[in-house]
Amino acid sequence: MTTASLRLALVGAPNTGKTSLFNSLTGSRQKVANYPGVTVERKSGGFVTPEGRSVTVLDLPGTYSLRGRSPDEEITRDIVLGRFDGEAVPDLMLCVADATNLRLTLRLVLELKRVGRPMMLVLNMIDIARRRGVTIDLDRMSQELGLPIVTSVAVRKGGVDELLKRTDEFLAKSHEAAASEWTTPTIADLKAAQREADRIIAAVVTLPTKPDTLTNRIDSVVLHPVWGLVILAVILFVMFQAVFTWAQPAMELLSDGFAALGQLIHDLMPAGWGLLQSFLQNGLISGVGSVIVFLPQIIIIFLFILLLEDFGYMARAAFLMDRIMGGAGLHGRAFIPLLSSFACAIPGIMATRVIDNRRDRLTTILIAPLMTCSARIPVYTLIISAFVPATTLWGFVNLQGLVMFGLYAAGITSALTVSAIAKFFLWRDHAPAPFMLELPDYKMPRLRSIAIGVFTRAKMFLYRAGTTILSMMVLIWFLASFPQAPAGAEGPAINYSFAAMIGHALEPLLRPIGFNWQIAVALIPGMAAREVAVAALGTVYSIEGGKEAADQIGQVLAQKWTLATALSLLVWYIFAPQCASTLAVIRRETGGAKWMVVTFIYMLALAYAASFLTFNLAQALGLH
Amino acid sequence: MTGDPDTSQDILHDIRLGHADRGFVGKIIRLDALVTGSSLSPQELEQRLVEMGFVEGARVEILHEGTIRRDPIAVRVDNITIALRRSEAMAVIVE
Ligand SMILES: Nc1nc2c(ncn2[C@@H]2O[C@H](COP(=O)(O)OP(=O)(O)OP(=O)(O)O)[C@@H](O)[C@H]2O)c(=O)[nH]1
Ligand SMILES: [Mg+2]
Repeated sequence: MTTASLRLALVGAPNTGKTSLFNSLTGSRQKVANYPGVTVERKSGGFVTPEGRSVTVLDLPGTYSLRGRSPDEEITRDIVLGRFDGEAVPDLMLCVADATNLRLTLRLVLELKRVGRPMMLVLNMIDIARRRGVTIDLDRMSQELGLPIVTSVAVRKGGVDELLKRTDEFLAKSHEAAASEWTTPTIADLKAAQREADRIIAAVVTLPTKPDTLTNRIDSVVLHPVWGLVILAVILFVMFQAVFTWAQPAMELLSDGFAALGQLIHDLMPAGWGLLQSFLQNGLISGVGSVIVFLPQIIIIFLFILLLEDFGYMARAAFLMDRIMGGAGLHGRAFIPLLSSFACAIPGIMATRVIDNRRDRLTTILIAPLMTCSARIPVYTLIISAFVPATTLWGFVNLQGLVMFGLYAAGITSALTVSAIAKFFLWRDHAPAPFMLELPDYKMPRLRSIAIGVFTRAKMFLYRAGTTILSMMVLIWFLASFPQAPAGAEGPAINYSFAAMIGHALEPLLRPIGFNWQIAVALIPGMAAREVAVAALGTVYSIEGGKEAADQIGQVLAQKWTLATALSLLVWYIFAPQCASTLAVIRRETGGAKWMVVTFIYMLALAYAASFLTFNLAQALGLH
Repeated sequence: MTGDPDTSQDILHDIRLGHADRGFVGKIIRLDALVTGSSLSPQELEQRLVEMGFVEGARVEILHEGTIRRDPIAVRVDNITIALRRSEAMAVIVE
């Protein structure tokens, strides 16, 4: 059955609260944040109205007009006009407006009316409008626009009750869809529509009695030509310091916990079960456990990013960075996707859909994987903790945190450099694209939504640990344990395993950059996901070294590797394309394998060259 | 130099938002996207500006400026704030 449920679609200008409404209607947890262009895909969900109608609702990317300038806006246009493959025209469009900021949405409403579909206007964020003392004559507005109007507070419990009630009333009657009169609006059409919208606003909306002066006051500091940049640098610096220092106690707790668990299993097992015992202790607990230990750091980095996003800082950061990004040949809207890539390159690459120009979008996609994603944190932390002393500089700077900051800076610098080079060689004649971005009012981050956001990310991380990483660990444990050493053999048993054979076969290729065969073994499954390398090293060294090694992989590395090797591996991870999912998304978003292959090759080449330089330089300096 | 003497006169006397300093408050008289430093075609630039609410009669105020060459600028257009580069703001004629 193709279900007779009614189809609703949420349309409106960017950042008006469509996704917040979608989440509260359907109970989903789609990403909400305080900057324009968060949603770049169509998302579908379902709910049942109070009167028992079953409804499917589509959340759509925000847009200022149906013109469809960029890939995300095209989705909205195609759905609204019924041109989207496999998706019927919505029965009812809910046009969502920010009640404090009606100008652009009302113009869009006038444009949408020409499409002729049944429509209802939702004045969202009415709580903020009321707080500022804005009054809106809803009856008059409804009359002027010829549309039913309902108010809502998408982020508050009960804030959509009225919307539900009115939707039921609306759906109870039958509605005729008129034929679409929509044509791409000309400039004159847009101007006329804007004048009409402004006229209606002047007639029905009173000026705020308590205007938002806070946003302006904050901006005069945050967007100050000098202090603005200083603040941005401080925020990033504190973020990376926090990743190190705040997470430490929790990580030690987890790490001790896993060590104790491993020991417990070791002690409980009857003596004859050596193989199973090795699998559980070395494969599972040392491997997967060594990745889960990093959960506190992942939580902290996401906490920072989510707070900045909800507060409304992202658009400001884009403003501050615009000239610097432009100097590297990047589009003004590339900043937010790149900053999101600190969390993970995949949403970052998806977010490039807001970029209207194809070349600019491609450049951004190519460099997004160079931004230091959270999956690199385990690798960096492991090596830094093993090789960099935890001394404090100038009384407040943690040296390990400083090195971490340096690695992030190296990622950013290399991304900008690659972009500048790509621009120079590939599309030299291409002029810089413009930057136009609405700066939303600041909003107090909501505890609940931050908590849900962090929880969702933590769950995803654990899910990965339990699937991708776990399955890779099983593979590595198997390769590192079989074939078993012949009786009476000398040296650790792992030297006779498949893993050692593979590692030794690859070693000549990797010796110039200072990697030993154990690292070679970790890098191959590490192509699936970056954290796998940490887990793999944990397993390989613990099988090799016995149970003492199982607990303290960091200490083992400090003994077995030279500093030159460690630095070389750190540098390798800045560049290497060690993430299959990212490559798959690049392929999907660019519509073909070509750019995926380009990304893979250029990152691999960069990684090899940079590690080669680092290793040889470090050796020349005598860092053993 | 193109155009008749009348319009070039106008060009000399026009105040362009792209030239204005921080703290400037004014009203949009019209849009003229023919001579700007923007990479967009005049038609496309004008359309985008209108889509962001830059229409005749709107009140504009330059709230903030960037660090490098005082670019980009944050402009209050009636009651919303738009960040854009000076090269695009050149198309906005104000008084
Ligand atoms: N106070 C208040 N804040 C709201 C309300 N609805 C949404 N917000 C906030 O407004 C911001 C934007 O919400 P989103 O739901 O991401 O907006 P969107 O329309 O989906 O945005 P795009 O996907 O970028 O088009 C977020 O910071 C929300 O927390 C509301 O009714 N009241
Ligand atoms: Mg959204």
